[in-house]
Amino acid sequence: MQFENVGLRYGQGDEVLSDLSFSLTAGEFYFVTGASGAGKTSLLKMLYLAQRPTRGAIHLFGTDVVTLPRQRIPGFRRRIGVVFQDFRLVPHLSLADNIALPLRIAGVLEDEVDEAVSEMLAWVGLTNRAQARPSTLSGGEQQRVAIARAVIGRPEILVADEPTGNVDEAMADRLLQLFASLNGLGTTLVIATHDLQLISRVRSAQMMRIDDGRLLDPTGMLRHPPGRHT
Amino acid sequence: MVWVIAVMLFLTVLATAGGIGTARATGAVGVQVGGRATVQIAAADPGRREATAGEAASLLAGVAGVSGVRVVPRAEIAQLLSPWLGGDADDVDLPIPVLVDVTLADAGAAQRVRQALASLPGARLDLHSQALAPVRAFLRTMSMLATLLVAMMLGATAFVVVLAARAGLEAHRGTIEVMHMLGATDVQVARLFQRRLSLDAALGAAVGGVAGLAAVALLGAQASALGSELLGAVTLGAMGWAALVVLPFGFVALAATVARRAVVRSLGQML
Repeated sequence: MQFENVGLRYGQGDEVLSDLSFSLTAGEFYFVTGASGAGKTSLLKMLYLAQRPTRGAIHLFGTDVVTLPRQRIPGFRRRIGVVFQDFRLVPHLSLADNIALPLRIAGVLEDEVDEAVSEMLAWVGLTNRAQARPSTLSGGEQQRVAIARAVIGRPEILVADEPTGNVDEAMADRLLQLFASLNGLGTTLVIATHDLQLISRVRSAQMMRIDDGRLLDPTGMLRHPPGRHT
Repeated sequence: MVWVIAVMLFLTVLATAGGIGTARATGAVGVQVGGRATVQIAAADPGRREATAGEAASLLAGVAGVSGVRVVPRAEIAQLLSPWLGGDADDVDLPIPVLVDVTLADAGAAQRVRQALASLPGARLDLHSQALAPVRAFLRTMSMLATLLVAMMLGATAFVVVLAARAGLEAHRGTIEVMHMLGATDVQVARLFQRRLSLDAALGAAVGGVAGLAAVALLGAQASALGSELLGAVTLGAMGWAALVVLPFGFVALAATVARRAVVRSLGQML
C-alpha cells in the first residue's frame, strides 16, 4: 500500500490529515499511534476504503483505489479485514452468524463456513456462546467476536482500531499472539493503539505516529519513514 | 407494510373485477341488443294495426341483412304490460301497439329496414342499440375509471414499497455499512431488503387477495340472484377470474422489483 501526498478534509473544514506519503510493505506489522483526535481513525478509514481522500493518491495491491469505480471496491474490501473501534457487530445476528458474515458475503460454501466459524469461536474462547446475541456479551467478548470476524476470511491486510481497548491484559496478550501468528502467515497488520506497552511487546513491529494530522517517525521505528518510499 | 399491501390489493381486486365485469357487460350488451330492433305499429284502428304488422313482417323478411322477423303475439305484450295494467292488459279495446321483432345480421341492415318501412304509414322503428347507447356509455366510463383506479393503486403500492425500503435502509444503516466494509456488493445488500419486503408483500397479498376474491364471488352471486338482465351481463369469465388470481403474484413481483431498485439507488449514494 502506498500513500502519495494524501490529504483529507471533512466538508469545508480544515484538513484533518495532510501530506501523507508512506508505503506499507506486505507482511509487515505496523502500529499507528497518536493522541485522541490526531487522525488515526481517519487514516485507518482510508486504509480499509471507507473513506476516499480529498487529494493525493492511494495505491493498494497495485491499483489506484482513489479513482477506482465504486462497483470494484467490494473486491478490494474482501482482501482487507477490519476491527472497528466500536465493534459494529450486527445486533440481530448470533455470534456465529456475525463471524460468518465475510465468508457468506464472499460466497463460501456453508460447510466450509461452519468449519471456519467453529475454529474461530474456539480460537477466541467463545464456543459456548455461539448462538448468543451481541447485546448479551461484555465489551471484551464483543471485541473478540469483532476480531474473529475480521480474520476469518484470511485477509491480506488486517486493520484494527484499538483492538485491545476493552480486554484485560491476559486477553490483550492472547490477541497479540493471534495477531503475531497472522502476521507470521503473511498478513500485513496495521493496528491503531494508545497502548505503548502493547507496541513494545512486538519487537518486529514498526510504528507510525500521527501528530496534528501529519505522519511522523519520531522513534525511528518506521523502516520506511515518510519521504523515503520503497 | 403487510396491512397496507393487503388493503391495496383488496381494493385493486375489486377495481379490476369491476373493470373486467363492466368491459364484458359493454360487449355483451352490444352483442345481445345491438343487432335487434322493434317495429312499433300504433294505428288507431285495431284491424289496420294487425294488417300493417303483417305487411311489415313480409316486407322486412325480404330486406337484405334481416335474419329474423317475428310479430310479437298480443298475449306476450299483455304479459309484458301486466305489471302496470294488471288483468286489463289483455282487453281488446285497449289501443296497444303491435310490435314486430327484427333481428339484424349486419350494421347496414338498420338503414335498409328504415327505408323499407318508409312506405308503411304508422310504423316506427326503434333500434335497441340507440336505446341502450347511454347504458353502454355508462359501462364504458365505469370500465375506464376502474382501469384508472387499478393504475393508481399500483402506483400507490409502488410508492409504499419505496417508503418502506427507505425506512428499512435508514433503520439498518449501521448494518449496511458493516456489510459494505466486509465486501458486500449493493446487489447483495439489496437482495436482503428485497427478500424481506417481498415476504411482507406476499403476506399482505395473500390476505388482500383472498379477501378480494371472496368479496367478488359474493357480489357475483348476489348480482345473479337479482335476476336482472343487465346485471347478469356483468360477469368475469374464466380469463377474468384468472386475472384476479394472478394479481397477488403481480403485486409481490412489483414489490420485489421496486424494493430492489429503490435500495440499489440509495446504496449508490454510499461509498
